[in-house]
Amino acid sequence: MRLSVNGRPHELPEGTALTGLLETVAPDPRGVAVALNGSVVRAAEWPATPLRDGDLVEVVTAHQGG
Amino acid sequence: MLEVAGVRLAPLWLGTGGLTSLETVRRVVEAARPGLVTVSVRRTSDTGTGSLLATLRGLDVRVLPNTAGCLGAQEAVLTAELAREALDTEWVKLEVIGDELSLLPDVVELVEAAETLVARGFTVLPYTTGDPVVARRLVEVGCAAVMPLGSPIGSGRGIADPHTIEAVRAAVDVPVVLDAGIGTASEAAHAMELGCDAVLVATAVTRAEDPVAMARAMSLAVEAGQLARRAGRIPRRETARASSPMRGRVGR
Repeated sequence: MRLSVNGRPHELPEGTALTGLLETVAPDPRGVAVALNGSVVRAAEWPATPLRDGDLVEVVTAHQGG
Repeated sequence: MLEVAGVRLAPLWLGTGGLTSLETVRRVVEAARPGLVTVSVRRTSDTGTGSLLATLRGLDVRVLPNTAGCLGAQEAVLTAELAREALDTEWVKLEVIGDELSLLPDVVELVEAAETLVARGFTVLPYTTGDPVVARRLVEVGCAAVMPLGSPIGSGRGIADPHTIEAVRAAVDVPVVLDAGIGTASEAAHAMELGCDAVLVATAVTRAEDPVAMARAMSLAVEAGQLARRAGRIPRRETARASSPMRGRVGR
C-alpha cells in the first residue's frame, strides 16, 4: 500500500500497524507525536492502529524555534 | 514574581531558533536562566529526533512548544495537540500567522484557535498584535497570558509603538509578555518599564555575534526594567528642572 508520510510517498506492506512504520521513521519514539489523517494518535494506541492505502501520516518532534 | 496559570516563572523567556549547536543552546540557557524555553514542532524527517529535548530536560528548564508558522486555526490546533502529545505539556504558545512576509498574527483565526484549545484543556499563551481590543478578546476566551509583538518577528526594530504595549497592559489582568521585535538589551528593559511581566527573545540572542553574552545582557536588562517599573519613573517635562539648588550660587 502507498501512504504519505511527512508529505512524502511511502510504500508499506498491507496490514502494517503504526508502530511498524514508526520503527523506521522514528526509531527513538521519545518526544515524538503522530497524526493520522489530521487527528492525533496517542502513543498507547500506535500498536493497535492499522494503516491503510492513502493514509496521511505526520510524525513530529521538538525542533529549535522561537 | 511572575505567575502564569499558577506557575511562577522568571521574566526572561527564550526562543532557541537559530542557535548553531546544542552546546550553544546549553550555554545560552545557562547564561539567560530563562523562565521557559520555546521550541517548535516539526516533522521528524526535517529534524531528527530526541536530542534538543534531551538537552533541555538536562537543563531542568520549562519547555513551551509553539505553533510557529501555522497559517490557520485548524493547523494551529492540530500542531498544539501534537505538541501536547510529544512534549507532555498542556501549555502552548499559540501563533497563527496571517501573512508570510510580515509574519503578523491573523487575529480572527487566533481567537478561534485559542477558544478551541482552552476548551480542550490547554493553557494558551497567544502571540498577538499590540491591540488592547484583541487582547481582551483573548482573555475572554480563557488565555492565560497575552504576548503582543513589539515589531515584526526577527526584525530587531524594538518596540515600534510603546503606546500599544501600554494599552494592552491596561486592558487585561493576565500577564503580558512582550514577544517579537527585540533587537538588544535596552529594548527588553523598555518592555518591562512599559509594564510587561516578561519578555520573550529569540533572534536577538540566537543571531547575536555572541549569543551567550547577549543572553546574559537580556537577563540583566529584564531585571533592570522590572526594578525601574516598580521604582516609578519621573514624569516627562516640557522644560528643564535643576537638580542642584538654585539658592546659594556663588556671586548671586
